[in-house]
Amino acid sequence: MESRRCKGMRDLLPDDMRRFRYIEDTFRNCCVKWGYREVRTPNLEYLHLFTATGTLTPSKLGKAYSFLDWNGWSGERVVLRPDGTIPIARLYIENLSQQENARLFYVTDIFAFEQTGKENRERWQCGVEFLGGASPMADVELILLARELLHNLGIGEVELRLSHAGLAKALVKELGLNPRDEAEMLGRILDGDWQTWRKAKSNNLELDRFLASVVNFKGKLTDFLKKVELPSQASAELKSNLSDFTGIVRLLDDLKCDYWIDIAAIHGFEYYTGVCPQFFSRGEKIGGGGRYDELLSLMGSRSMPACGFAIYVDPVIKMLSLKEDACRESGVLVKASERTPEVMEVCFSLAQSLRNAGHIVELDLAGGRVSDYRWVVSVLVEGSFAIIDRKSGKKRKVSSLTQVVGMLGGVD
Amino acid sequence: MANQVNYIKLALPKGRLLPATANLLADVDLGFKGYTERTRQYRLKSTNLPYLSAKIFREKDIPVQVAIGNYDLGICGLDWIEELLLRYKASAVVKISALNYGDGYVYAAVSYKSGISNLDEFLARQRNWRIVSEYPNLAEAFALSVRLRRFRIFPVWGDAEVYPPEDAEIAILEAKNRKELEREGLLPLMKLLPTKAMIIASQKSLNSKDLASVLNCFTSNLDNKEFSLSFEELGRKKGSIESPPRAELKKVRLALPDGHQLPPTAQLLKRVGLNLSHYSVEALDYHPSVDLDWLDIKVIRPQDMPIQVANGNFDLAITGKDWLLDHVYRFPSSPVVELLDLGFGKVKVVVATTQEMPVSTIEEVKQLLQKGKLSTLRVASEYINISDKYLCDHHISPYKLIPTWGTSEAFLPEDADLLIDNTQTGRTMAEHNLKIIDTLCESTACLIGNKESIVSPDRKEEIDFLIQMLRGGLL
Repeated sequence: MESRRCKGMRDLLPDDMRRFRYIEDTFRNCCVKWGYREVRTPNLEYLHLFTATGTLTPSKLGKAYSFLDWNGWSGERVVLRPDGTIPIARLYIENLSQQENARLFYVTDIFAFEQTGKENRERWQCGVEFLGGASPMADVELILLARELLHNLGIGEVELRLSHAGLAKALVKELGLNPRDEAEMLGRILDGDWQTWRKAKSNNLELDRFLASVVNFKGKLTDFLKKVELPSQASAELKSNLSDFTGIVRLLDDLKCDYWIDIAAIHGFEYYTGVCPQFFSRGEKIGGGGRYDELLSLMGSRSMPACGFAIYVDPVIKMLSLKEDACRESGVLVKASERTPEVMEVCFSLAQSLRNAGHIVELDLAGGRVSDYRWVVSVLVEGSFAIIDRKSGKKRKVSSLTQVVGMLGGVD
Repeated sequence: MANQVNYIKLALPKGRLLPATANLLADVDLGFKGYTERTRQYRLKSTNLPYLSAKIFREKDIPVQVAIGNYDLGICGLDWIEELLLRYKASAVVKISALNYGDGYVYAAVSYKSGISNLDEFLARQRNWRIVSEYPNLAEAFALSVRLRRFRIFPVWGDAEVYPPEDAEIAILEAKNRKELEREGLLPLMKLLPTKAMIIASQKSLNSKDLASVLNCFTSNLDNKEFSLSFEELGRKKGSIESPPRAELKKVRLALPDGHQLPPTAQLLKRVGLNLSHYSVEALDYHPSVDLDWLDIKVIRPQDMPIQVANGNFDLAITGKDWLLDHVYRFPSSPVVELLDLGFGKVKVVVATTQEMPVSTIEEVKQLLQKGKLSTLRVASEYINISDKYLCDHHISPYKLIPTWGTSEAFLPEDADLLIDNTQTGRTMAEHNLKIIDTLCESTACLIGNKESIVSPDRKEEIDFLIQMLRGGLL
């Protein structure tokens, strides 16, 4: 049969949802312990929220699902949320700006107009934003929080790659391009086109050498400091961004947090201004984030530092191996030996008593597979009960409902 | 049977590219009888190749028709191909080559009256930009590429050049060259892309059919240069335009129709003694002057009027009830209201299908779908929102709406099963072998207004005066 599902959209089946909920629950538990509070923003936002800051590249905005609302005669367009951070910044400005800072987290879907319709166009992420969190403490806090989360989820071989948007921007600025070419080049770099760096050339040999040493470097801080030599006429912006970066990395070294410096591998949003961590597992990107100190003032709020990250649910779901379904551990299937009113009444009463004791109980209506349950209880015509414990293989017959509940015991 | 396999269908343009395309086809011995500007037929047979047929479309419909696979090959401007591809990059349409005609560009242009002389000055004016265009996707790509902070796009059916500066800050429109724009009082800031004529092919047909016998005919008429979207900024010195004194917007703004509704509207205005310079089919000024100093008049497409009244660009407009209805179905909270039924331009909005279709009511169409004799109902219409509501109200499922820009009857029977369109006498429908199976509504010309602006104290008096004046001229 031809699928009636919208192109690029996905159904999450019971097994997917079990993994999804597990990620969400683990994420929530983690965030709450670090003092973060959960928020949720609407799916629809005005398009101008995203264009007004000038902080999403044209290629990202070109992929936003935008359309006219019912009052669209004014020409105002709305979009399905194309980004997680900007709506959170709006939420903070509108509702929480009396607070000096806000530690917020969310589970949300992001929509991207994807050309072929083969890839997923609704992507879920677990995001954290620390509004008012200044460098380097807040950056390190988020990196450690993300690592703890990935550890608690049981994701193996996690690799942390570090880049710095402020440093990348300062480097591009040194090339002395006109503003529009500079914006275009930055756009390509932030869209993940690292080849762009190769073509970057200035008129200054010392600067070119510095540029090459920074973008080609992959490794630890000690080697980075040895290999990267700041040019004599480096701008103040370049110097301060470099020192911000090394400050954060040094702190990570002190905390024995493993990482990999890779400035060229930056892939993020134009609103990023500082360190940009990205998380990989077995070569696949599973999360990322960055510092965005200018976003809130561009959105009309007072200037304040901020940073955030998100873990991408879709790749992580595939990496999870979950233990057995709870149903197989302690689930009960109640079978009626005959469909008489008396027997059915007993079935419902028994099921309710077992649920009250904490069991997951299903009534057998249409040939449930007994292998999906720990216990199978048959209600017999004469009013007694046959019990099979599928774990031990033991069979027993008892005569009262209370005995059944007693035998199966309670579940916490 | 062999002929059937190789049966090739070509989509040919009306309008701008028609004369040159007709010449080209004649030159390469692919002539089609009746492919002329005055033709009333849409289906053409090749005089030489028995397996080749063609249909005439509006240029903007051609890339869509070829991408869907209804036509194997098409000829249209690069502008309409890119307009499709910008939004739907994966469309199954392949650009074969440019042809050696169709010169011109899509420009982003402002009015000379705005005093803006280059893109930087344009960008420096912080505001909520209004962009008017027949190419909404190109308009959006332009806005994003120059990073307008806040913008609103008004897609129009035509006459985009009339809008700036009062009703839009910038227009995205096609012109042969700079001079043509200058004659319209517009200054181009950017060239977005050339409007070269192109041969395009359906990806599906390229994979499954042998199109070489037709494509080879064109080899001596190809332009082998690459043409693509370029967004080239047009330089001009800062402040090189002398900023004319900013004309005050007049108190009351009225939109008048071009096209079919122009002659009866002109007659009405004449009867009530409103003297306009150059508002006639023979001599049309899109910004005619009038002997009331508080009244400003522009001529735009009737289809575009409800939105332009809703957004406050115009206080009043003369359009058809059909277009008002189509607007209100889309935007129920719109502030546009009908003020006066003008009585002329009477048409019926009807549902029609071909004589061969074994149905006489919409109920029977629904049954065809339910019985699986029709998998999806394809409905061609200019009235997207009226059609959508009608099909939903009648629980038709599934259906596909094919938006058209005039000549919807050409879509039946190959490219649509049903038509929702207006008709005066039903004669054109009968000529095209169509039968009417339902009537949705009657429509006449009407005066519409913005319900907020007609009560606004600073112009209520003048607006009431105009309404009374027009009422006096009703027959």
